[in-house]
Amino acid sequence: MTVTELVSYEDALASYDPVMGLEVHVELGTKTKMFCGCSTELGADPNTQTCPVCLGMPGALPVVNATGVESAIKIGLALHCEIAEWCRFARKNYFYPDMPKNFQTSQYDEPIAFNGYLDVQLEDGEVFRVEIERAHMEEDTGKSTHVGGATGRIHGAQHSLLDYNRAGIPLIEIVTKPIEGAGERAPEVAKAYVAELRELIKALGVSEARMEMGQMRCDVNLSLRPHGREKFGTRSETKNVNSLRSVERAVRFEVQRHASVLSAGGTIVQETRHFHEEDGSTTSGRIKEEAEDYRYFPEPDLVPVAPSREWVEELRGTLPELPRVRRNRLREDWGVTEHDMQSILNAGAVDLIVATVEAGADSAAARKWWMGELARSANESGTDLAALPITPAQVARVAALVAEGSLNDKLARQVIEGVLAGEGDPDAVVDKRGLKVVSDDSALGAAVDEAIAANAAIADKIRGGKVAAAGALVGAVMKATRGQADAARVRELILERLGVEG
Amino acid sequence: MTDINIIKLTAAEIAAKIASGELTAVQVTEAHLARIEAVDEKVHAFLHVDREGALAQAREVDAKRERGEKLGPLAGVPLALKDIFTTKGIPTTVGSKILEGWIPPYDATLTKRLKDADVVILGKTNMDEFAMGSSTENSAYGPTGNPWDLTKIPGGSGGGSSAALAAYEAPLAIGTDTGGSIRQPAAVTGTVGVKPTYGSVSRYGMVAFSSSLDQGGPCARTVLDAALLHEVIAGHDPMDSTSIDAPVPPVVEAARNGSVAGMRVGVVKQFRGEGYQAGVVQRFDESVELLKELGAEIVELDCPSFDLALAAYYLIAPSECSSNLARFDGLRYGLRAGDDGTRSAEDVTALTREAGFGPEVKRRVMLGTYALSSGYYDAYYGSAQKVRTLITRDFEKAFEQVDVIVSPTTPTTAFAIGERADDPMAMYLADLCTIPTNLAGNAAMSLPCGLAPEDNLPVGLQIIAPALKDDRLYKVGAAVEAAFTARWGHHLLEEAPSL
Repeated sequence: MTVTELVSYEDALASYDPVMGLEVHVELGTKTKMFCGCSTELGADPNTQTCPVCLGMPGALPVVNATGVESAIKIGLALHCEIAEWCRFARKNYFYPDMPKNFQTSQYDEPIAFNGYLDVQLEDGEVFRVEIERAHMEEDTGKSTHVGGATGRIHGAQHSLLDYNRAGIPLIEIVTKPIEGAGERAPEVAKAYVAELRELIKALGVSEARMEMGQMRCDVNLSLRPHGREKFGTRSETKNVNSLRSVERAVRFEVQRHASVLSAGGTIVQETRHFHEEDGSTTSGRIKEEAEDYRYFPEPDLVPVAPSREWVEELRGTLPELPRVRRNRLREDWGVTEHDMQSILNAGAVDLIVATVEAGADSAAARKWWMGELARSANESGTDLAALPITPAQVARVAALVAEGSLNDKLARQVIEGVLAGEGDPDAVVDKRGLKVVSDDSALGAAVDEAIAANAAIADKIRGGKVAAAGALVGAVMKATRGQADAARVRELILERLGVEG
Repeated sequence: MTDINIIKLTAAEIAAKIASGELTAVQVTEAHLARIEAVDEKVHAFLHVDREGALAQAREVDAKRERGEKLGPLAGVPLALKDIFTTKGIPTTVGSKILEGWIPPYDATLTKRLKDADVVILGKTNMDEFAMGSSTENSAYGPTGNPWDLTKIPGGSGGGSSAALAAYEAPLAIGTDTGGSIRQPAAVTGTVGVKPTYGSVSRYGMVAFSSSLDQGGPCARTVLDAALLHEVIAGHDPMDSTSIDAPVPPVVEAARNGSVAGMRVGVVKQFRGEGYQAGVVQRFDESVELLKELGAEIVELDCPSFDLALAAYYLIAPSECSSNLARFDGLRYGLRAGDDGTRSAEDVTALTREAGFGPEVKRRVMLGTYALSSGYYDAYYGSAQKVRTLITRDFEKAFEQVDVIVSPTTPTTAFAIGERADDPMAMYLADLCTIPTNLAGNAAMSLPCGLAPEDNLPVGLQIIAPALKDDRLYKVGAAVEAAFTARWGHHLLEEAPSL
């Protein structure tokens, strides 16, 4: 049933309770593929990183990549999962041209990791626990490019180009249990979960998890049930939702679409759906007339994976601090609010600030520069903060120059501008541009005298005890020295000359 | 030495004569190529003869010898390779139209080992399509004749390899055994065939039929020759995860020191009864008597689960093959049918498989697809795996009481080409005695134990050993072979009519 008018999100939530299931595929950053020695490097010419194994040549056999198993265990441990003592790979059988063997080597009822959870923090600091069903190992497929059709899909295409470089790249599929109780925050929870998972994967160092490169891909399962009912409704599965924003939008759209269908008395068709970045909508993909039968059976070409408990514990010992825990620790260390921390996170500044602090700056200064001047600059040039041509060490040096009084904020901004413009290190920019705070009393004395003479009325007020009025004279001196004066020293001199206690 | 004398030599003799300089590898290779030229039109053991490649390899062996380099124990000995192993630059069809014209870009591990051992590969032998069959009639390239009687089947699936040995086209051959495809052809052609312990010969580059059952192995005319070949092809291969990382059992030493004195030999109740040809039973009973005379103790065994072996096999093997053969879709290699520019990839795949697979392959792919389908998995594939466990346990119990088990290799002698072609069940029964070993993964050999009186065709004696005790096959086999040869006054193959 097609729906022309979508029910508003608020109306949908007034009647229904969303249940989500998120399946995230992560391409591991191993040097070689899951079952052969081919390189996993991205961007090579099509079909140059292939061999008899990943091309599924007759007679070729797989061998498990030990690093892939190790990465899977690390992910499982970080997700608080149990790690299987003994598990097997399984074949998932279906025909598709980008899958050389016409079966995918995956895991079925014996995943390497199972029964875990990931706590995700929403923007207001609320923590929502997402239960993890399983994390299992499998291989990626090749990539099809369908040429000549209107939709870019296989149906209607004139011909298709197949690139098997991706075929066999290790994947970890992480599947949540049904996510219930998120209510109106379902889209936010979905987004926060994927974001948290991405941070986790990056922190573990098992993948760069760049969604725009397809290294992390998300399928969104969603169903609605009327408030108060326990039984789940029929779900739709929106495939390949590949950015954080899209995850949020896909959930929101499907909630509205399901509600529209249901409240009009229709029934939801169990189907896969395609997500459209342009308008955030989904459209029907293939309708699953009968549940697809993948004829799973244990992969006879591979021996079972049986990670010893000692090895698992050893890996547990190497796990880094989890991103959420680390963020909360930093938030406390830095003394910032939940909201500010979220902004820092959204700006991608956490690691940069940490590095700047490690290079000697205090955290307030590091935060001030990265979230102020540098964030503005990144925003203007449309780049990521991390991509700016300035290092945490350089920012720390600027902060140090300010702290020792060699620079004031105004001059420091000019120094940063110079570094960004490629004029060299902060010290080089200071030299070249002659940006030094003038704190020499003799040099400042004349300017202070001039300012007092030119603003007699204000000077009188100060003499009369209105110390706060000194700011106007400081401003005049700063103006006269084109900002290079040490404002604090100027203030001291003014008060000294006027015989007032500061 | 004349060509006819050369081709009658054993592999061990050829290797010795080449090593001593009495013969050159080129001479030996040419003699066998001439034999193939003379008789293979009738026998049809080979699908592809690599004349140039074989001669080049032989010349290399001779050059090595002249340079004084060390030669392998089988250097210069010609071999017929079952067309299921990939050979770089040489066609590999697996007896199927679907791979007609495919030239593999890589060598199987076994192929590499043969080349590294300076074995001369004469060509690729005929087989039932994808090793599915017991007669070689399922080859897409026509049947192979049994050199004992060209109207009879040479066994299958490795009928090309067994026929090449019996017809003196090669002293050594390679087979693969999923349910008996090495042993049953050996039995019906009066030759020796060994299915090693599962995992001892690499499957890398061996086109898969049923991955958990398939095992490559040596075929020869004598037990010692089989042992020499066994030693060359066995051993751990990191490219095959199921390959066993353990030393190869001392098979050659065992073959040189045949003896059954003091051994306990089991005879399984389930390996006789209805369907066994009288002459086969007679020769088997005589073999048991012989073992007793040679000093073995005979122990009666009951292995009830063996009665379920055939049924379990015909669920497991088709299930695995339905998945293994999915890759033959006409997109990347081999046959592509119906690609006229208007059809979808899906249709081209369907048409290719329709045109490229023969009826037996289709039957098994359909059987396996059904057995694995949701709702039926537990009843079929799941149950079959349980039976497999029971069979393994029966073997374990048996080997607590005996060192080896003996049985007829196959219930009947070679049947006529065409006789069972329309009766798959009758065909499947040929593997009744061989299948339990594949399901359990242990080792077995077939060697000649005489001719059935009623049809004068060879009967095979099967010897079964526990996993990793392949050397016991050779120890027992060599003793039996020596005793029979002494009794008959010659090797059994001497009684075969000349072609």
